[in-house]
This record gives sequence, structure tokens and C-alpha cells, in this order.
Amino acid sequence: MSIWQHITTFFSAENYNLFVISIGSGILCFAAGAVGTFTYLRKRALIGDVISHAVLPGVAIAFMLSGVKNPFYFLIGAIFSGLLSIWIVDYVQAKSKLKPDAILALTLSVFFGVGIVLLTKIQHGGNSAQSGLDSFLFGKAASMNLFDVKLFSVIAIINVVSILVLLRGFSLISFDENYAKGLGFNVSVIKSLLALLTVITVAIGVQAVGVVLMAALLITPAAGARYLTNSIPKMLIFSGLFGFVSGWVGVFISYSGNGMPTGPWIVVVLSVIAFIAILFGKQRGVLARLKLRKANNIKINNENVLKDIYKLAEKGTQTISVKQLVDIEKHKPIPLISVLNRLEKLDYIDQIRGMIIINDKGRLAARDVIRKHRLWEIYLSKYFQLDPDHLHDDAEGIEHVITPEIEKHLIQLLDRPEKDPHESEIPY
Amino acid sequence: MNDFYIIFTASLVAINCALMGSFLVMRKMVMLGDAISHAVLPGIFVAYLISGSTASLPILVGAAFSGILATLLIEWFTKKARMQSDAAIGVSYTLLFAIGIILISKFGQNADLDQQCVLYGEIEYVSLWLKPIFGSFMLPKQSLILLAVAALLIGAVIWGYKGLFITTFDPNFALSTGVSVAFWHYFLMGGVSLTTVVSFESVGAILVIAFLSGPPAIAYLLVEDFKKMLYLACAIGVFCSFAGYYFAKWLDVSVAGSIAAVTGILFVIVFVALQLRKRNVDVIST
Repeated sequence: MSIWQHITTFFSAENYNLFVISIGSGILCFAAGAVGTFTYLRKRALIGDVISHAVLPGVAIAFMLSGVKNPFYFLIGAIFSGLLSIWIVDYVQAKSKLKPDAILALTLSVFFGVGIVLLTKIQHGGNSAQSGLDSFLFGKAASMNLFDVKLFSVIAIINVVSILVLLRGFSLISFDENYAKGLGFNVSVIKSLLALLTVITVAIGVQAVGVVLMAALLITPAAGARYLTNSIPKMLIFSGLFGFVSGWVGVFISYSGNGMPTGPWIVVVLSVIAFIAILFGKQRGVLARLKLRKANNIKINNENVLKDIYKLAEKGTQTISVKQLVDIEKHKPIPLISVLNRLEKLDYIDQIRGMIIINDKGRLAARDVIRKHRLWEIYLSKYFQLDPDHLHDDAEGIEHVITPEIEKHLIQLLDRPEKDPHESEIPY
Repeated sequence: MNDFYIIFTASLVAINCALMGSFLVMRKMVMLGDAISHAVLPGIFVAYLISGSTASLPILVGAAFSGILATLLIEWFTKKARMQSDAAIGVSYTLLFAIGIILISKFGQNADLDQQCVLYGEIEYVSLWLKPIFGSFMLPKQSLILLAVAALLIGAVIWGYKGLFITTFDPNFALSTGVSVAFWHYFLMGGVSLTTVVSFESVGAILVIAFLSGPPAIAYLLVEDFKKMLYLACAIGVFCSFAGYYFAKWLDVSVAGSIAAVTGILFVIVFVALQLRKRNVDVIST
């Protein structure tokens, strides 16, 4: 079958169930992405990992006590053991010298170990209803039954609505708990509510992707969304949408690929989306930052060469040869030529047969750089009491990044000085 | 003999993990071990596909390869993409694990690898592959590999103890005396990858993490001296293997899960005992 055929059958009427399930899986993942935004911002990614492993014994105990596969009981069991794991991590961290990472790893593996013990106990016990319990390990979104999907979707939607209601409190504790306290928020209540929402989300998300990969559902969408925006509400939306799309596509792939596992595909799709965001994000993306760095380098090279030309010109030589720049100022010839061409394009210098003449506009620009350099030297020697021979290197770097506003501030602060610590005049 | 084979194998895993785990616990890097133990999966499977066998060498190479891939991926996220380190770990290992599961379910119908064995191993069956040592004395194939790795690790820790110790406890001092912090970091990571890889096959990912974190954490609570902590962690690991195995036999449940559970119980006992003692000391001193 071609992909197109897969898609048309996927949406056809006889596949109504499948359609509902794919949407349901999308909603589960949407909720996980939204809650995960705060898990990410509070740097608790690995706690998400712990909770998702920790729900397993709760599910197993719920089954042992009830003897039936009722999603509602599972949910309650999962929520209990998930909350217990968070409490243990916090308690041990407060009461012992152990560092968080060891506590997380230990809690995660012990809860999971207990879960496995209980699962194998159930399997060897021969209860015929037990088959399929181990789908909790790897998820089974594509084969969920309709009732489960509807139940979980409703819970997921309630979750998302609660997040929206509590958005302000959650945002505050993600950045500055003390500030939130100062504003009169009850921080411990907000934290508990967030923990509860996280555990509920994990408990239902586990149904889609399984225990091991649940951490990805919480963290990966938020990690990707973080590269696209600085605002929390927008991050919530992006993160939720990433989750939705991958939850939905994951079920589709799993369906058309004949029993391909759903959870792993959801995670792979999610990771691909996050990768794209990380690479191409407008502000913080890897490529955007590379571009910015390149632009900065160009600016720094331009300014350094221009400064040297200006200094040579001030010494009396009106026309300067490229050779002089190479010999006296130790510029490397090959990048120098492209820098000179750029400077000519910017209309700072004129090049005539290998000779360089700096014009008035170039002079002004060079004086700008030199002024910033010398102001910074004064600032360092006055406020940090550095020796005059320690000032130059620092100023060499900072002269390219001082903005007009900072410069204005510096001049005010230093009372519009006339000379720098090396007794050179400051060009205004 | 079956009991002995299983306990012997588990104890070797425990010792390997305790050695590496003690350093990880002190360096606050246990979760990296967790990540590596999940991330080796695709490498193991690709090696299996290429070599067509579950022989140990290709599997080891494949696993080591994806262990390195995982550390590189995490480093790329934190250094180049400036992601916070906890998220970088979470994103990387789940992706690699997911790819591994997909590969297994696509091509692995005939493989000995399946999803369950990835998580909780098949230590119950180690005695199916026995190799004669002298005469009629035989040991499981798995434990021979583990034994070799244990010898290697003990040798490496003795040889590199000074470097590992100083970069763990005082990296700034190490830096100022010209000791390469990066070298010892990768030295340790290499050891951790090797440990998780060889242990993974027999006991599964979950027990590897329990062994990496549990015995060292318990030992750390009990003794101050790091050398003593290393010995004690190994001893605790062996004890948990024993107790866990008989616990599993008694209840008829998964051995790996049971050993992890026993480690947890032991931790709780030690932790509570220390809390009670602290409380008594507080009462006396006030």
C-alpha cells in the first residue's frame, strides 16, 4: 500500500475508532507537553523520568487488589505511587547528604524493580485478565479501547484547563519561588498542585508511550519549544502542539506499519520536531546563534582594521598601503583584503591601486571605537583599581559591544574625561 | 548449581557497577549512567543485524559505539545548543531507546533480543550457556565476560586511582596541578559504558541503574573514607544479589526486579536507622 492509500483508509468511515484513538493519543501528548513546560523550566526533567517509572507498581497493585483491568483503578494506583516517589525524592534529599542525581536514579530503579516483581507475580499467578498489563512498559496507544481513550482525553483536557487557571502561580514558581512567596502566593500549595497535575498527566501518558519513554513526552516538546519563544504562554502552546502532532502521527505510523510500536514512534517524531526547532529557532536556535556569531566576528574584524588605518593616518601618512597594515599591524593578508573590501562598501575608506585612504565617515567610525576603548580603560582603572598595563586586553574585547546607551552612561559616570590612563586623548 | 550461576553473575555485575557507581555518585553523574544504559540499545541491535550473531564481541562494539553516541549527543545539546543538562539527558536517551525498540520490532522477530529482556534482562537463563573452565567445573558465558571486565575495571581503578580521586573530589586543584580533568572524565565514562553494556545483556537496564546508584549511595551514608566506600559498596552489591535472588525464588518473580527491590529495602533500612540515631544524638546533645 502506498502512503496515500494508508492515509485515505486512515480517515475513512470504517476506521472511525482508529481516528478517535489517534486524536485521543494526540490529546494525551498535548497535555504532557503542556505540563512538561513547567517540568522543563524548573529543571526537573529527570523527576519526570522518575515519576513515569514509579507509576508501574501502583498500576500492578491496583490490578492485584481489584483483579480487573479497569483504567480508572490503574489511574488511582499510578497517581498514588507517582506522588509517593516525588515525596521520597524530596524527603531523602532534605534529610541526607546524598545528591539529587543518586536519589533520582535509586528511586527510579527501585520503584521500577518493585513494579517488575509485582508484574511477574501477577503473570505467574495465572489470572487470565492479566494479559496486556505489560503493555504499560512500552505503551499501546494504537490498541487502546474507545472508552479508555475518551476517559483519558477528558482527564487530559481537565489538566490543561487547570494549568491555564493556575498559569500565573506556576510561571512564578518556575523562576523565583521567593519572589512568588513575597507576592503572597502559597508556594507549597502551588508546588503540590503542579506535582499532582504532573503525576496525573504521566499516569495517562504512560498508556500511550509506556513507562520508559514517558519522560520524553514531558521534556522533549518543551525543550524544542524553548528555542522558539521566550514567553511561557507561547511555549505552552508550542509544546502542546508538538505533543499533539507526534501523538497523532505516532498512532498513524503504528497503524500503517503493521504492529509497529506506538510509543517509540511518538518519541521519534517528537524528537525530530524538537531537533528542527533547536536548529532553526529564530532567537535561540543553533543556526541563528551561529549566524549572530559570524556577524559579530565580521563587525569586530571591520572595526579592528579600521582603527589601525585611522591610527596610521593620524601619524601622518595620508595614504596607507596594504603592505603597511600587514607589516606594522600584523594583519594576515587574506582576510585583510576581504575586510578592506567590506570597509570600502561601507564607505569608510577608498582604495586606489593598493593604497588606502580613510575618509571622514571612516574617521568618525574609528574614533567611535577608540573612544569606547579608552572610556572602558578609565572605567576599569577607576572602579576596579586595575593597573594601567592590565587594561588594554579587556578593552580590546569590550570596545565592539558597548552600545551607544552604555557609552552615554559611561561618559556621565566618568564626568566626560579628557585623557585615558595611558595619557592618550579621548576623541569625542 | 543453577542458584550459584545466577548469584555469581549478579554479584559480578554488582561489583562492576559498585566500582563505577561510587565515582558517579561522588561526581553527581549517576543519571548519565542511567542514560547510557538505555541508549546502548540501538547499537546492540545494529551490531546484531550486521554480524548476524549474538556473539559478544560485535555486540560489545555496537553497544560501546552507541554509548559514545549518547554522550556526544548529550554534549552537543548542552554545549552547542545550550540546553540545560537534565533535559539534554532526558531528550537524548529516550530518542536512542525509542530507535532501538523500533529496530527490534521491525527486524528482530528472530532475535534473542526483545523488549522485556532489554529492561529486565534474562539472568534466569544464564545457565543455558555454560562453558567448561577446568574439567567438569563450568561457568556461564555471561559471567566469564563479566569476570574479564571486572578484572579490567579493578586494574583500571587501581592504576588510575589518584587521577580519578583527585578529579572527582577537587577538580580545581587537579586543574591547577596539570591533571587533565577531561581525560579522567572520558576514562570513567568509558568504564561506565563498558560496565552497562556487559551487564545490560544479563540483568537488563533497570538493575544496572539500581546497582550503579544503590550500593554506592548506601555505602556513602555509612562511611566517610572513599576507599572504604568502594569496598563496602561492592560488598553491599553482592549481598543484595544473594538476598534478591532468594527473595525472587521464594516469591517466584523476576530476579532482576527483586534484586532492585531488595537494594531499595536495604537503603530504606539504613536511611531510617541513621535518621533515628541522629534524632537520639540530637536529644542527648540538647
